Amino acid sequence: MADALLKIEGINKRFGGLQALSAVSLEIPRGSIYGLIGPNGAGKTTLFNVLTGLYMPDEGTFTFDGQDLFRAKPHKVVAAGIARTFQNIRLFSEMTALENVMVGRHIKSRAGALGAVLRDPRTRAEEAAIRDKAWELLEYVGITDVAGELARNLSYGHQRRLEIARALATEPKLLALDEPAAGMNPRETDDLRQLMAKVRDGGVTILLIEHDVKLVMGLCDRIAVLDYGKRIAEGVPDAVRKDPKVIEAYLGVAHE
Amino acid sequence: MTTNTSTRGKMALFIGCAVLMAVAPFVIGSVLGNSWVRIVDFALLYIMLALGLNIVVGFAGLLDMGYIAFYAVGAYTYALLSSPQFGLHLPFYVTIPLGAICAACFGLLLGTPVLRLKGDYLAIVTLGFGEIIRIFMNNLNQPINITNGPQGVNLIDPIHLGDVTLGKTMQIGSLNLPVVYLHYYLFLILSVLVVILASRLQHSRIGRAWVALREDDIAAASMGINIRNIKLLAFALGALSGGVAGGLFASFQGFISPESFGLMESIMILAMVVLGGMGHIPGVVLGAVVLTVAPEILRDTIGPLQMNTFGRMIVDPENARQLLFGLALVVMMLVRPAGMWPSKRRALEFSDAKAKARAQKG
Ligand SMILES: Nc1ncnc2c1ncn2[C@@H]1O[C@H](COP(=O)(O)OP(=O)(O)OP(=O)(O)O)[C@@H](O)[C@H]1O
Ligand SMILES: [Mg+2]
Repeated sequence: MADALLKIEGINKRFGGLQALSAVSLEIPRGSIYGLIGPNGAGKTTLFNVLTGLYMPDEGTFTFDGQDLFRAKPHKVVAAGIARTFQNIRLFSEMTALENVMVGRHIKSRAGALGAVLRDPRTRAEEAAIRDKAWELLEYVGITDVAGELARNLSYGHQRRLEIARALATEPKLLALDEPAAGMNPRETDDLRQLMAKVRDGGVTILLIEHDVKLVMGLCDRIAVLDYGKRIAEGVPDAVRKDPKVIEAYLGVAHE
Repeated sequence: MTTNTSTRGKMALFIGCAVLMAVAPFVIGSVLGNSWVRIVDFALLYIMLALGLNIVVGFAGLLDMGYIAFYAVGAYTYALLSSPQFGLHLPFYVTIPLGAICAACFGLLLGTPVLRLKGDYLAIVTLGFGEIIRIFMNNLNQPINITNGPQGVNLIDPIHLGDVTLGKTMQIGSLNLPVVYLHYYLFLILSVLVVILASRLQHSRIGRAWVALREDDIAAASMGINIRNIKLLAFALGALSGGVAGGLFASFQGFISPESFGLMESIMILAMVVLGGMGHIPGVVLGAVVLTVAPEILRDTIGPLQMNTFGRMIVDPENARQLLFGLALVVMMLVRPAGMWPSKRRALEFSDAKAKARAQKG
């Protein structure tokens, strides 16, 4: 593979007696959309949590864009350039949509407590820039009409988009999406597909967990399949689709 | 021209408030007596305390039950450095900032071990911390006498600069300004300052990070917020305000002892924040004023009321006061669970939750 943005090797993660991830290796090429699929409980979200610093892996190596991120704290991971969304949406529910995205700018701004109380010109300029950028991102995902609404009052589709906007606010190199299409109707799913393509074309690599096989097969450049914490297949969509192990573990016959 | 008239309206409101605040001690003093001005002074101190705790509990969502410890640290710093205890008489512009810094350091000291704790567990540990500080103050009179133990520190210097002192009635022309009036103005200026600082913090990058932490710490971490630092900052800044209030308290009273810094005080300040409206500065200010003044009104009325209606004391006034106070708290939480003056958002959230519960029942 030409240029790997993210590379993990031999990642193990145990929960007590449960081996949630065993010796998982991945290499995500820069500028691609990389799919991660597998049956329920396969360990996909666990892998996300390991990649974003929420879980500490037991063994393995993890390099991202030339940096060693093995067992790095979440905020370090974000600083290195990985942002994510959550399977069970985790917005700041009591904040407006705009404020949610503004929180995403935290890492790209610097004003501390002193700046906050002094409100010096630099802090004010920075605050205005945060607001502008957040607004721009709401525009980018197409939800400016609900900018002033509390996050918890948004429709499901809007919440998913808001989570993506918030993640993009950190200016990631890799955007990790955990089942972004879950619960969406076909039209919303199609809009989401276009949004993901737009993000990728904007130069952000995407790691996508998704159960919608049609969406994954159509959109992803490469796909990895997890089953019981093991990577059972990896490759371009067509190869993965035909892999007998994948058909047995996940796709079944019903999908074809 | 609408903007012009609205700024003019604001200006008028501001001047009106300022004049009202300026004459308040004279009005209260002549109508109700100077003991009530003293109560108002304490209300102002409690505003500073409640706003400090509000940073930790209201903004960052960290339930701190030992907040009084920072008040104690500020008070003892002032007392030990400006009293005959060690024969030191450092000026207030050294002791009060020093007390604030000490309190902030204690904030970090408390914050560090409890970084991983949340909710009830955090409440229990902070409660213990508050007690530890009080017990330390109580026992640091041997082997070397530092705090003078349960007897407390006496003859603490009032705030003074050169010949100007807040410890004696001041004569300006024909105007007599008693000690409680002088402290009123000092405390008023400082509480206004704390209000401004707290509100600026709230509407900043830091304030947003606190709310994010309160709403969902995992999502906050995943947005690149350094959870450890932002928590410690909340503890330290909250403690800072408590430390200032403590120094002012020591200078105002002239005497402090560990008794003033018990668990009940921590709970009172927490009640001011929660009853007023967590996270909402005007609500917290209101909570502090009401919870300082209401018990005093009860104290003044329960005794005479019983004498007039029954001709004798049936319930000990002090007990009745506590009873009524507790009852009022329970009723408040039932009627207005979001507090007396919640932020619009929080009020909405609570009414939504109620509607949901009703829908589920029906
Ligand atoms: N914090 C945890 N503690 C204990 N077990 C966990 C924890 N997190 C995940 N697991 C377990 O690890 C396994 C993998 O879970 P994970 O959530 O990663 O699956 P998934 O592939 O995302 O499934 P789904 O498609 O349903 O989202 C499951 O058996 C789950 O119960
Ligand atoms: Mg999952």
